[in-house]
Amino acid sequence: MDDRKIKLLQALEYNHRISVSTLATMLNLTEKEVNDLIKEMEDVKIIQGYVTLIDWEKAGHNNNVTALIDVKITPQRDVGFDVIAERICRFPEVTSVYLMSGGYDLSVMVEGTSLKQVAFFVSEKLAIMENVQSTATHFVLKKYKQNGIVFNDDKKDHRLVITP
Amino acid sequence: MTRFVNKKIAQMPYSGIRKFFDLAGGMKGVISLGVGEPDFITPWHICEAGIYSLEKGYTNYTSNCGLEELRREISRYLLRRYGLHYDYVNEIVVTVGASEAIDIALRCVLEPGDEVIIPEPCFVSYKPCAAMAGGVVKTIATRESDSFKLRPEDLEKAITPRSKVLLLCYPNNPTGAVMTEKELQSIAEVAAKYDLLVIADEIYSELTYEGEHVSFASLPGMKERTVLINGFSKSFAMTGWRIGYAAAPAEIAAAMLKIHQYTVMCAPIMGQMAAIEALKNGEGEIKKMVLLYNQRRSLIVNGLNRAGLPCFEPKGAFYAFPSIKATGMSSQEFCEKLLKEEKVAVVPGDAFGECGEGYIRCSYAASTEQIVEALSRIEKFVERHAKRQRAVYAVR
Repeated sequence: MDDRKIKLLQALEYNHRISVSTLATMLNLTEKEVNDLIKEMEDVKIIQGYVTLIDWEKAGHNNNVTALIDVKITPQRDVGFDVIAERICRFPEVTSVYLMSGGYDLSVMVEGTSLKQVAFFVSEKLAIMENVQSTATHFVLKKYKQNGIVFNDDKKDHRLVITP
Repeated sequence: MTRFVNKKIAQMPYSGIRKFFDLAGGMKGVISLGVGEPDFITPWHICEAGIYSLEKGYTNYTSNCGLEELRREISRYLLRRYGLHYDYVNEIVVTVGASEAIDIALRCVLEPGDEVIIPEPCFVSYKPCAAMAGGVVKTIATRESDSFKLRPEDLEKAITPRSKVLLLCYPNNPTGAVMTEKELQSIAEVAAKYDLLVIADEIYSELTYEGEHVSFASLPGMKERTVLINGFSKSFAMTGWRIGYAAAPAEIAAAMLKIHQYTVMCAPIMGQMAAIEALKNGEGEIKKMVLLYNQRRSLIVNGLNRAGLPCFEPKGAFYAFPSIKATGMSSQEFCEKLLKEEKVAVVPGDAFGECGEGYIRCSYAASTEQIVEALSRIEKFVERHAKRQRAVYAVR
């Protein structure tokens, strides 16, 4: 892959709000090049999207309930787990889906506005799907770290202002 | 009670950056590009090794020259990274930071009146350490037009019958200059011709952005006349742990060890334990940090140039060293005004030697956001003062 693209992705990975002109200066590219490369990578879905990581609790607006669900599945001939995983992905309350090694097959993360709503999703939508053998639902009690970012991290710079 | 203080020490000036430290220390909202240490905290697996050593009850002295396992890892590292062969038994001394290594290296080789040749601009402690060790300092001014590299002809000119030591620091603090193998080779030839001992402070060796760092001791015939100094502060973001080391011919290492054992006994054991972990498993972390430094390097160099402060391209360390001559201000004046008016802290170039006058040192061990903000303040500052300068000329 183009070296410029790798550099651009590395710079964007943890901060996509960095301005095009800053990116261009950092990577010794022109602004047009940066724009074109980003556009191109968005088009071919190398860049899948941009999200904002929010501590809803701190915002005082924490009505959401998150659950991690271990799902066991009977794989299907020819397509394995893919078809059923894709079907699960279509539910908007599902925020991520991973195929796992070990004791179960899919790890499904679900977000809802109440315990009840999540429980309803599991019992009425997920567990009854064909090929789903069993589910085990774990509710998240507190988020400490997500996507490499520690919530409530003390980012204070402890260094002296000037040192040799 | 100044009558008790030794005259030589009493006359020795404080480091040139102290004034700025006092000035900036009390101010709020300062963006500092004045810090000579990484903005990363020590990688967690290394911290954990230090914590674990405490939990296990490693709170004792170590052998004077450092833990055997650490010296063995240092020896392996020097071989792996720079192709150097050092015997961990009698050629490596673990010190309290590279700073101590510089001090004891100078003290164990200098006789009163011996000359120490130091290319400038350079780290603030070289000259005082050489003077305290009884040496006579001969500085060589390096120039921006030579990318702040030491020229062999300048070195040869500075040599007298009393010349004994050449102190080299590449990648350089404060300029960010590096020297290639070929350029170092030409210095090596002069060192051999005049039988100089070379103290090579290579503390920034891992922070080399173009090409590979060449250790002075790896040049043909140089190991026997080199004291190699390195450490963990810059490469592994471990400044506060105070662990450095010297690798030198056995006779010199033994002499250094004498001073070391009588003054500090040994480097702190938890730092040594952490350093072992750093060498065993830390190279991936170095790569990540170097990647980020390199992005910021382009950002700051291009930004300074755009702000009207021409900046030669630093190839190592984490400093940019732009010229401020066009502003008509002295380095001290520029830095004081910049701090007071725009709350950006940088270090005046003359703190690193007379030939640093007309330059400032900007550290890019700071976050991208801080660098962008600092650059915009610097640009405003330069623009405003350029106007004033034009106005002054117009009145004249």
